[in-house]
Amino acid sequence: MSLLSVEDLVVRHGLLQAVRGVSFRIERGETLALVGANGAGKTTLLRAIAGAHQPAAGRVLLDGADLTNVPSHKRVGMGIALVPEGRKLFVQMTVEENLLLGRTASRPGEWSVDRVLDMFPNLKPRRHAKTGHLSGGEQQATAIGRALMSNPEVLLLDEVSLGLSPLIVDRVYAALQGLMASGTTIILVEQDLSRALSVSDRVICMLEGRVALEGPSKAVSRDEVTKAYFGLHRKSPGSVPA
Amino acid sequence: MSNQIIQGILLGGYYALIACGLSFMFSVMRIINLAHGSLAVFAAFALWWLASRFHIPPFVGLLIVLPLMAAIGWALQRFLLERSARGGALLPILTTFGLAIVIDNMLFEQFGADTRSLAPYIGSLSYDSWEWPGNIYVGKLAVIMFATAVILLGGLQLFLTRTRLGRSIRATSEDPDTAGLVGVDARRANAIAASIAMVTVGLAGAFLGMRATFDPYAGAPQLLFAFEAAVIGGAGSLWGTLVGGIVLALAQTVGAQVHPQGFLIGGHAVFLVVLFVRLSTSGLGLRGLLRLPSRSAS
Amino acid sequence: MSAVSSSPIIERGTTTSRIAAIAVAVIIALLAIAPQFLSAGAVDRMTALFIYVILAAMWNALAGFGGLVSVGQQVFFGLGAYFAIRLADAGLNPFASLFVSAIVVGVVSWPLSLFMLRLRNGEFAIGMWVIAALTHLLVNLDRLVQGETGTSLISLNVYDAGTRRVAIYWLALASMTALLGILFGLLRGSTGAAIRAIRDNEDAAASVGVRVTGTKRLLFVLAAFGIGVAGALWLATSITFQPKTYFNVQWTAYMIFMVLVGGIGTFEGAILGALVFFLIETWFGGTGVWYLVGLGATAVLFSLFLPRGLWGTIEGRFGLRLLPVGYRVRLPENAPADDGSAPSPERTTPGQEKA
Repeated sequence: MSLLSVEDLVVRHGLLQAVRGVSFRIERGETLALVGANGAGKTTLLRAIAGAHQPAAGRVLLDGADLTNVPSHKRVGMGIALVPEGRKLFVQMTVEENLLLGRTASRPGEWSVDRVLDMFPNLKPRRHAKTGHLSGGEQQATAIGRALMSNPEVLLLDEVSLGLSPLIVDRVYAALQGLMASGTTIILVEQDLSRALSVSDRVICMLEGRVALEGPSKAVSRDEVTKAYFGLHRKSPGSVPA
Repeated sequence: MSNQIIQGILLGGYYALIACGLSFMFSVMRIINLAHGSLAVFAAFALWWLASRFHIPPFVGLLIVLPLMAAIGWALQRFLLERSARGGALLPILTTFGLAIVIDNMLFEQFGADTRSLAPYIGSLSYDSWEWPGNIYVGKLAVIMFATAVILLGGLQLFLTRTRLGRSIRATSEDPDTAGLVGVDARRANAIAASIAMVTVGLAGAFLGMRATFDPYAGAPQLLFAFEAAVIGGAGSLWGTLVGGIVLALAQTVGAQVHPQGFLIGGHAVFLVVLFVRLSTSGLGLRGLLRLPSRSAS
Repeated sequence: MSAVSSSPIIERGTTTSRIAAIAVAVIIALLAIAPQFLSAGAVDRMTALFIYVILAAMWNALAGFGGLVSVGQQVFFGLGAYFAIRLADAGLNPFASLFVSAIVVGVVSWPLSLFMLRLRNGEFAIGMWVIAALTHLLVNLDRLVQGETGTSLISLNVYDAGTRRVAIYWLALASMTALLGILFGLLRGSTGAAIRAIRDNEDAAASVGVRVTGTKRLLFVLAAFGIGVAGALWLATSITFQPKTYFNVQWTAYMIFMVLVGGIGTFEGAILGALVFFLIETWFGGTGVWYLVGLGATAVLFSLFLPRGLWGTIEGRFGLRLLPVGYRVRLPENAPADDGSAPSPERTTPGQEKA
């Protein structure tokens, strides 16, 4: 059985349909990259999986269990953790307090404050600093650490490289590489196409709320993804631009 | 005069007690509960009823009334505030104001217009005093009240910074959506916060009843005192409420010296002056004035 | 509906609203001659109703349109009465002093607004209450008022009871009509668009260049003036002035009740709410405490379950407009619907023009 399956998911923001009938599955230990232009519905999709948005139709299943009526805080307890876009740290609280909050759901596992600090050594001296005073990279590390503290089955990463310098992005991904190697299931949204393709096992490209392309990252070409990204892939007669 | 200053400072303990629940609830849920004072008076009446009807001394009665207040806080959050907060920032003001009217008049219906006091049920505590050097007499009750305020504020501070539940409440107050995403049940955190606030209201009501008299319509002035103390002191730490309470009480003491009716005027006046100074220096209005403490503020 | 054009139709009035305008004129005319046919007691009750309408409309102007919920509006009610006493005591004609007093209240409220309008939401609400409490205490210090003993507008006693009653009735009717007219004009004019923008989203309004503070100040001063008129008129009907009665927070409770029940943020709602309140008071006012409990409980229930009030609900359900203050956009009925995601006209209309 797939670890997580999304079935015909529709999510609305008021009258706007951000996600329009998306389905996919992810197996245990897999890394799935979600790519697509701004407004393609990636963030909304991740937030709906995490329970921050109520879907208008369709469902999300974790290990076969329907999550439709499960609020976000209980989904954390079931093993879904989101690193939200923009990091969304509790800026009045310290790094340690933010990390400890990640343990609220009390899932058993090996993550602890010290282990997170080992993974991100740059956080060590900032342990008791308020996260509002941290650099972007330190904030991102805290946000990832906070999600890991819940010992998740599935980790959802939403644009972890946003607003960070390339050097810091490399560092963040180097840390994530270890996670992926250790078999953590990950869905990540990434704007940098080459990076998305290189770190993931499978890629989904979204366009206007729908899945435009899905395939193994090693098998799809950059060109195919680019076409899907801009909506140039449609083969049906009449919709192919000249 | 120094005697009066000490009395004033000790009275500040009462204002801190009644203010801390108001500012706590505001900082967590962004709601100013206009029924705050009425609920304190309700607690005072509950203690009075237990004492006069069943001969339960007020300090023992608290064992019944405080859990009751916690339950009321929970219900208040679940059935009233949560729902009305969804309708915007203005609706909770109207809801809690309506609730205040209901409580006041129900108390009037039950207990009539007579003023009551818990003083007859606490024995000599209501008039006993200690003599301090310099010919200063301080009432034992006033000292107990002040000590309670300090312990309560300190306890709340520790609870918020050192416990998992306290962190959850702070996270919810900062960003309820994200709190949910890290596993915090924001509804539960808010309901617990409301319960805690109502327990402090119950304590404040008890001391209101012991140190003075109250009647069914005494809620409104208590709300104003709480609000004034919270705003005067509310610079980001719970201890601010204590400072605010003391400043308010001292201003009232000075007012009473100036004019027989100056007690309340002095309090309101100092509140407006503080507000004026703060508004003209910050230029930002009061947003964030009643904030939850963070660790560095402790 | 014609199938020729698919562009939206923009309109101000509707047929109903034109009939309503004529009806309003007829009602005012009928009310003006009513004292000829009504008993003395009925005239007094009608005067009270007019004052309630003023109070509701003014509180609604502040809260419903300006987004400023105040629980201290009794300060202007009390000051309206107090300044009238003072002016009459200084030798001004008592009837004239009623209105001069209200102007003074309006003038006083201006500097107050500079200060108070910087508070937000609940802070503004209780802040106003503190102002009311302090003003009450200060008025009590006036020797003329003699503390809670109070005083009377004695100079009004030179007129005989019949003349006085009818004169006050007319003054109240005229004040109500004028204040509603001013408010209606304000909401329909260019300020109206600003007011509705602020009501719907203050920050967004500010970002597109709406003068938020100036507009709010205008509403604050208008509400102060109107409530001052109401206080002065109340004094004229009851003659006696006891600070405790006039500076009572109950007045604000009444205002909130009327506006919540009638429909906050709707022009007609406040009037409807005043009528409902008037009837409830007439029928249940004698039950004392339970009547007040009922008012509070009704306010709570409306704010929880029917936050748009009676009128807002009627308006939303039937698209009814009697006194339209905004514009409405109607999509022609044959406009193509795009897989259900396009808004249907029934759904947009109430959203686009709620005032």
